[in-house]
Amino acid sequence: MTPEQIYNVTQGSYLAAAALFIFSLRWLSRPETARRGVLAGVLGMVAAIVGTLVHPDIAHYEWIAVGVVVGTVIGVPLSRVALTAVPQRTALSHAFGGLAAGLVGTAKYALWLADGELTAFRMGAIAVEIILGFLTFTGSLMAAGKLQEVIPTRPITYRNQNFINLTLLAIAVGAGLWLVIDPLRWELFPVIVGLSLLFGVLLIIPIGGADMPTVISLLNSYAGLSAVAMGFVLENKVLIIAGALDGSSGFILSVIMCRAMNRSFTNVLFGAFGQVQAAAAAGEQKAVKSATPQDAADLLETASQVVIVPGYGMAVAQAQHRVHELRDQLAKRGIGVKFAIHPVAGRMPGHMNVLLAEAEIPYDELVEMDDINPDFPQTDVVLVVGANDVVNPAARHDKSSPIYGMPILDVDKAKSVIAIKRSMNPGFAGIDNELYTADNTVMVFGDAKAVIGDVVKALTGGSGIH
Amino acid sequence: MAGLDLWAMAFVFMLATFIGFDVIRNVSRLLHTPLMSLTNAISAIAVVGSLIIAGEEKSTFSTALGTVAVAASVTNIVSGFLITDRMLRMFKRREPGK
Repeated sequence: MTPEQIYNVTQGSYLAAAALFIFSLRWLSRPETARRGVLAGVLGMVAAIVGTLVHPDIAHYEWIAVGVVVGTVIGVPLSRVALTAVPQRTALSHAFGGLAAGLVGTAKYALWLADGELTAFRMGAIAVEIILGFLTFTGSLMAAGKLQEVIPTRPITYRNQNFINLTLLAIAVGAGLWLVIDPLRWELFPVIVGLSLLFGVLLIIPIGGADMPTVISLLNSYAGLSAVAMGFVLENKVLIIAGALDGSSGFILSVIMCRAMNRSFTNVLFGAFGQVQAAAAAGEQKAVKSATPQDAADLLETASQVVIVPGYGMAVAQAQHRVHELRDQLAKRGIGVKFAIHPVAGRMPGHMNVLLAEAEIPYDELVEMDDINPDFPQTDVVLVVGANDVVNPAARHDKSSPIYGMPILDVDKAKSVIAIKRSMNPGFAGIDNELYTADNTVMVFGDAKAVIGDVVKALTGGSGIH
Repeated sequence: MAGLDLWAMAFVFMLATFIGFDVIRNVSRLLHTPLMSLTNAISAIAVVGSLIIAGEEKSTFSTALGTVAVAASVTNIVSGFLITDRMLRMFKRREPGK
């Protein structure tokens, strides 16, 4: 083939890839067509890779093969993690995306520096690419560490934190600008890399576990934008398009997460949640009404409408399948059952839906917050399993509460509430929950899996409770 | 010439971002976790840049970085598409009559 024909093949395959990626996301909008979306994405990726491999500059394949083998060996087990660990896997993949962008930017700088081909535009694009890439790399590793709980999930703070962090970033950006003016000052390059790596770590350590859904979405956006920057460096339009799709997706998800927690971006990134709570937690102690699984079963049996509110605690206790059995038992008695899903239930956007889908709970019974809130006053019994802050009525009226203003599930408006909880310890964000002491609430203490198992046994009237 | 390319790329970026906002806004909240793993796999298109760096073997340094970048991107492609499909297979409607 002539070089011109090869160029046309490459660009044609990139054009097809870009179109397939857009179709892929379009088909993902509904569960009925979503798997077709995955297929379109795979085809687009294959088209782009084939179109690249015909490139005349690719003279050797052995190191490419090594990379592909290593990537496959790591990638396959990573796709088989438990669904509770999907947020960590996602954070890790943001880290890999950032790393690839940072490394390609570094390699391009070294090659163009040696050949004397560094224009101001190329240098500027490389600077953006490596800053975004490397800060996404370490930031996402930190987020994954916090989600996996190998790093403390509590916010880690120190004096003048925001000032120090922003100064580091400003120095890195300043060094980048200097390189644009004088690309031959190569000794500035490792300074930018080091500062970006450090900034990524410092950006995430003050952020608490409760904010992880937002952080993970934001890092998603950064990973996409670093792919865009790589597209500008390599003058490759399919990279710009795919990166922009990823970047806008991460951005939209971060906005949804911020709204669901009534926080602003700046507040999440620079606010260090968790500091305020020590004072708020010292309120007066009201008595709770404790109940047995048998009591809970009796209450559920008399209901005609039941709403189950699952939280991450349900997944930690691995109680999803028992919840499914409970749903079947209630449905068999003609009792209407729905699941109320708060946008931040779980540890990443949409996490709870996946956890319940795994337990084979039909997705048309999973109802979003805004759609189910008007139903609570007509609901006989609400069963809260492992959810806490998202059902705390203090968010509606208590201005001193750190979660004041956060949209919540109005479960306290139901006729009665059963809350299953391991103990009276405050939840993930460390805030007291007045729902537990409300007149229409009973608490069943114990492991969610065991408690729901006992409730199901009581309902079936089998061997009873032990 | 380089200036012209820069503007063409900026236009592509702007248009793709608008398409992204539009398409993503229509994705049901039910599927936001698979959405994130799918966009993740798609943005591993960075593999394109990594392949050229690793394959042109211009210097030991660039080849080493390119190889690691290929490995990182392929990890995202493989695990991203596989786990998205695995999650989507779990979403089922209520069976009729149940």
